[in-house]
Amino acid sequence: MTHIESVLTAREANEEDEIRSVSATQTNGHGGTIRTATGIYAALVFLLIPLAHLVIPADHGLHVSDYLVTLLGKILCYAAVAVALDLVWGYTGILSLGHGVFFALGGYAFGMYLMRGIGLDGSYHSHLPDFMVFLDWKELPWYWLGTDHILWAAFLVVAVPGILALVFGYFAFRSRIKGVYFSIITQAMTVAFMLLFFRNETGFGGNNGFTDFKRILGFSITAPGTRIVLFALSAALLLGTLYLARRLTVSKFGRILTAIRDAESRLMFIGYNPLYFKLFIWTLSAVICAVAGALYVPQVGIINPGEMSPSNSIEMVVWVAVGGRGTLIGPVIGAFLVNLAKSWFTVSFPEYWLFFLGAVFVIVTLFLPHGVVGLWKKMKTMTKGGAS
Amino acid sequence: MTPIPIKAGFTQGGNAMGVSFGHQVKEGDLDTSTRVIVYLEHISVSFDGFKALNDLSLFIDVGELRCIIGPNGAGKTTMMDVITGKTKPDSGSAFLGQTMDLTRLSEPEIAHAGVGRKFQKPTVFENHTVFENMELALKTDKRVWCTIFAKLNSEEKDRIAQTLRLIRLDDHAHRLAGLLSHGQKQWLEIGMLLVQEPKLLLLDEPVAGMTDEETERTAELFLSLAGKHSLMVVEHDMAFIRKLGGKVTVLHEGSVLAEGPLDRVQNDQRVIDVYLGR
Repeated sequence: MTHIESVLTAREANEEDEIRSVSATQTNGHGGTIRTATGIYAALVFLLIPLAHLVIPADHGLHVSDYLVTLLGKILCYAAVAVALDLVWGYTGILSLGHGVFFALGGYAFGMYLMRGIGLDGSYHSHLPDFMVFLDWKELPWYWLGTDHILWAAFLVVAVPGILALVFGYFAFRSRIKGVYFSIITQAMTVAFMLLFFRNETGFGGNNGFTDFKRILGFSITAPGTRIVLFALSAALLLGTLYLARRLTVSKFGRILTAIRDAESRLMFIGYNPLYFKLFIWTLSAVICAVAGALYVPQVGIINPGEMSPSNSIEMVVWVAVGGRGTLIGPVIGAFLVNLAKSWFTVSFPEYWLFFLGAVFVIVTLFLPHGVVGLWKKMKTMTKGGAS
Repeated sequence: MTPIPIKAGFTQGGNAMGVSFGHQVKEGDLDTSTRVIVYLEHISVSFDGFKALNDLSLFIDVGELRCIIGPNGAGKTTMMDVITGKTKPDSGSAFLGQTMDLTRLSEPEIAHAGVGRKFQKPTVFENHTVFENMELALKTDKRVWCTIFAKLNSEEKDRIAQTLRLIRLDDHAHRLAGLLSHGQKQWLEIGMLLVQEPKLLLLDEPVAGMTDEETERTAELFLSLAGKHSLMVVEHDMAFIRKLGGKVTVLHEGSVLAEGPLDRVQNDQRVIDVYLGR
């Protein structure tokens, strides 16, 4: 024992500084690149696209059309979902096949406000939403109370999916349900909600869902200005999500998430309770999806139970897988690639889209386990030719 | 190599319950006033009818270095599972110190109470660097909120640096743990236990896959830890156990077959029968 300790003190002096610098270098790896990328992104989404849409006349070549603004706004929402999903899947190793339910619930919660905003302009000129008149309901169900206030609706957007995720997550994680079993019950959850929302009696418009929205805060929902504000909010959501995700993943908290993914029992025996870490990231992820859903609905103008179908949740997983899980930029790239491909396919070859999606998933799983980002990293190291 | 004599306090400690004179124990602190850190009494665990532990009773003193040997399936790992809260016994009682009922606590709670465990297969966080592995293990507040804003202070960094030198991984601080050799992973895991500052260390086959030199150093390290910590070492390597020199407990079919200095245990006819007779 004295031998070891004397060796220690001898080596202590000259190597102390080296070890101390470790934690400083841990976090500041790509600081400069990130700042540049953020600057370009902000200029693009908050300045160039709004100007190109609002100021440049429609017949000019540089004009950004309604269609394109809506499409990009939609994909920005999807990209935020992909980052949120990656936090639980790529970083923590929890594969959710039911994130669509959080997205849709957020959409429905904000959709309630949009439905109330139609007011007397609906087909039946009633204070009640059209589908309620159609069902011969005389008054609003209790859970619709207060939804004409945007702040209450915004609260519901966060609270309802948040509480669902918290309760579901608590029981699932406390029972130590993991891996494919967890994935299956998330899938079951989204199907259960889809069936619930298909019922007219549930009070959310049955299989038609909500549509024909007229205005937000008094502004026409189809006006170019409204459209651009929604687009910018979606862009801000993605930026905020990325910022939050970055802060979390470079912190000790983030290292614990990856530790859960890689060796959960080791983590438990050094004194962390994985339950609360999983619950935190799971609920946060659900809430981000819900906010994305709430911004998505006014842009596309419709929400129905189809958003809760299992295939939607699986598509979200495909975005993350294609881009590269366990990275922050990967899911964003994946969401853009897959959805741009989707909008092209569904116009040009609508019947082949699902085949294409399936093929992409198989190819990525077999040949690109780390997605596009992984491929790019691999190519970078190959061109360097073993220099590093 | 002279074996450490059996401590007289061992049996006394076991009987001293109830002779408390009203000393105060802070909540969460271990009461080891009777010099015993682990009490396992009449523990039985069965899996699908197979009795992994059968009326096992075992006591470990504060600061003791205890070796556990026994043929495969003797219940060594199950015993560690019981102590660390992974497995709840069907019957019997397990206490840490005088007051902490291990059968009622979860794994993280037991870890907080001061029990560190090294797995049979070295288990480290392979996608984290050696330094990060140590950072995660370091004794500190391990609740969610604290980890989000956690920053190492210089005292903690020193502690990690010091332990890294002790386990000879200071040159590998920035390497991913997954790239270490088998023996280095074993050392890293031991290092992670040390910065956790446990009172009791459970070490399941700590020198498996180590070179002779590494084994030698591990023995030195463990001997230097004994006294400050209590250690329970499960090993098959008799030369290693001989070097440690502590009391040896032989497990067989889920209960204690023999206990005492290695020489005496090795000459025990029942032990010889168990190891050679089948």
